[in-house]
Amino acid sequence: MTAGAEVVRAPHTQADPHAGAGHTDTGINTALLGMLLFIGSEVMFFAGLFAAYFNARAAAPLWPPEGFEHVIEPNLLVISATTILVLSSLTMQWGIWRIRKGDRAGMNRALIVTLVLGVLFLGMQAYDYWELLHHDPPFGINTGIYGTLFYTLTGFHGAHVFGGVVGISVVLLRGLAGQFSARHHVAVEAVSAYWHFVDVVWIALFATLYFLK
Amino acid sequence: MATTTLAPRAATYRRSRLYEWLTTTDHKKIGVLYISTAFFFFIVGGIYALLIRLELAVPGLQFVDPNTYNQAFTIHGTTMIFFFVMPMMTGLANYIVPLQLGAADMAFPRINALSYWMVPLSGLLLYSGYAFGGAANAGWTGYTPLSGTSGGRAFEGLGIDLWIAGLVLVGTSSILGAINFIATIFKMRAPGLTLMRMPLFVWNTLVTSVLLLFAVPVLTAGFMMLFIDRNYGGGFFDPALGGNPILWQHLFWFFGHPEVYILILPAFGIVSEIVPVFSRRPLFGYKAFVFATASIGALGFSVWAHHMFTTGAVYLPFFSFFTFLIAVPTGIKFFNWLATMTRGKVTFSTPMLFAMGFISLFLIGGLDGAFLAVVPFDFHVQDTYWVVSHLHYVLVAGSVFGIFAALYYWFPKMSGRMLDERLGKLQWVLLFVGTNLTFFPQHLLGLDGMIRRVADYAPNPGWTEWNFLSSIGAFMIAISVLPFLWNVFVTLRRPQDAPDDPWDANTLEWATTSPPPPYNFDVLPPVRSERPLFDLKHGAVDAHGVALPAARGETHEETRADAPEEVLGEPIEGHEAGEARGEAAPGVSASAPDARAHEERPRRGDEA
Repeated sequence: MTAGAEVVRAPHTQADPHAGAGHTDTGINTALLGMLLFIGSEVMFFAGLFAAYFNARAAAPLWPPEGFEHVIEPNLLVISATTILVLSSLTMQWGIWRIRKGDRAGMNRALIVTLVLGVLFLGMQAYDYWELLHHDPPFGINTGIYGTLFYTLTGFHGAHVFGGVVGISVVLLRGLAGQFSARHHVAVEAVSAYWHFVDVVWIALFATLYFLK
Repeated sequence: MATTTLAPRAATYRRSRLYEWLTTTDHKKIGVLYISTAFFFFIVGGIYALLIRLELAVPGLQFVDPNTYNQAFTIHGTTMIFFFVMPMMTGLANYIVPLQLGAADMAFPRINALSYWMVPLSGLLLYSGYAFGGAANAGWTGYTPLSGTSGGRAFEGLGIDLWIAGLVLVGTSSILGAINFIATIFKMRAPGLTLMRMPLFVWNTLVTSVLLLFAVPVLTAGFMMLFIDRNYGGGFFDPALGGNPILWQHLFWFFGHPEVYILILPAFGIVSEIVPVFSRRPLFGYKAFVFATASIGALGFSVWAHHMFTTGAVYLPFFSFFTFLIAVPTGIKFFNWLATMTRGKVTFSTPMLFAMGFISLFLIGGLDGAFLAVVPFDFHVQDTYWVVSHLHYVLVAGSVFGIFAALYYWFPKMSGRMLDERLGKLQWVLLFVGTNLTFFPQHLLGLDGMIRRVADYAPNPGWTEWNFLSSIGAFMIAISVLPFLWNVFVTLRRPQDAPDDPWDANTLEWATTSPPPPYNFDVLPPVRSERPLFDLKHGAVDAHGVALPAARGETHEETRADAPEEVLGEPIEGHEAGEARGEAAPGVSASAPDARAHEERPRRGDEA
């Protein structure tokens, strides 16, 4: 090696402050990596809940338990809600494609649509809960393991949808304030990854709770 | 111009030191906060241990009633695991990992601060149980139905709910910390510092973080279910509602066994840093050690049900086999350490003594574990003092010895002062003898069938004597902490006298000053092996290839290692000139054209 051939700069001397204290500017963005790791831990959280579901189901003599055969059915409300959530994933991706091309206005439009769809899903879930609680016989979190599982699994999913709605609102406000460009929009990418994850969890829940015989 | 604002600006504003510490996002300060908080909880948890040993010193109930006793061992276990060992390891890693990587800070400094501040808050939640009808009393494992609601509330008061809330919060802190470490390790390594050149402490922190990331959320899910059962009439763990109490054990131990490795892997890393330095040899079998660490991480997820052999609900051969299997990578590590020492020139400084104490005593704890993998033997000693002895041999003789080794080893780096060797050795003797005196007799009590988690025991032949010895040992452990505290107190009042590299070590944290400046490094040695500092000191790398300081006249004067004089302080050739011409500074990729734009934007404070 010739003297001075290699220049290794101490981190704080890097010219681009957005490179942060990092040494490498190749590969995945650090913030996005953080979000993906967080999603990994969320997968394990839902895995724990699903484990409880299959544990109870495997041990039950009859599933759904007697008296609750027709409570949890894929009715119009649930199917519409599912469609809405899947659509919202598509609109989110549409927003990502827009901002990758530098079209901030297009991204904002897509985020507004996604936000409305997400809120709509939460409203429909609340309505579904209200109907089930006024079912005859009432179906609540304390009506046996079936009710406990249903409300815990869908409830935690709903809480995650709410978290996603908050995240979308934040990036939307930042987008409306004129932030984000084709190069700098990692927050949008991170929220998008989270939103897709929430969508996938719902598809797994939907299949498990409503269709798995 | 503005490429190096950190050091000059740091001196331009004044804030109180308290404000600095409360709002810091510096990984070193956060590390010190973690370590101090953890040590505080170590003392609190230790007081509970003394209470337990005081009650058990002789048969009969002398000091506490059974419910107080139940609370004592629950809070003792929870505190020591979640509020002492975990934050202590996180604190050490917080301080050391970015330095060993040659980074300026963690990947997410503010999330790092958040992770820390969750710890005291969740500790407060845990202990506030005493103000709301009594602290949690179902053991640190919180088995249902003891912690649940079957047959009416097993326990009045909010203690267990607050225990759940505290542990969910501290678990979230661990998850965020794990994400931060993984991102830091993958994204912020110094140039040339490939994965297979990373210091073993970093490797062990990485595997620990992966375990945390995937194990803790499962426990969180379990806690949520328990909370729903207790407060909203849920039926997860209640057979009357169609639930299953064994499910809790599955969820708990799916977290709980990786947790064991979360508590011990950082200590493996610490020992692997110390043994080569004090043996004056590179670690024997670096690659084998890395693969052993990774396989412990992977196998750690396949052994959880060995805690549940006696439930009759698990497939015994599978979990027994994997439990034996996981002893193999641990054995490889022992071989590495011993082989490193065998042909080395071993010196017996305090860090090395603690590391050797770790190696010898953890072996006992590990062998106990291999015994427990034998199903018929496990049936015999389930829930006896054998198990208590086993887990304390791995946690006290393992984690605690590792922690003190690390504190003695890195204290000069953190404070710029050397701890007193004589006090250190006094502590080592007291702790070594105390640990064995406390926990070895518990093997015999366990074999004899003494059940754990009971406030009283029958005056059977031998039991009184062994228990009394064990209690004496516990007080010896407590006394052993005093020389350490005195040592730290006295040392911190002395002027800073430690050299940058007092142990003649190998890794990058010793290449900067003691204590390091807020931004860690002016200069990074080139990394060509897993011992970059050794290479630099002994001429294995070209000294001129080092990183260069910020700008002319702002050089951090007393920096860096025992590196040859001429490698330090040379400005980058053409640096200033290039900037003046409006070209990208050296080291900035040409593919990042808008790097200049950021520089030219006026910064806050510049206008003023």
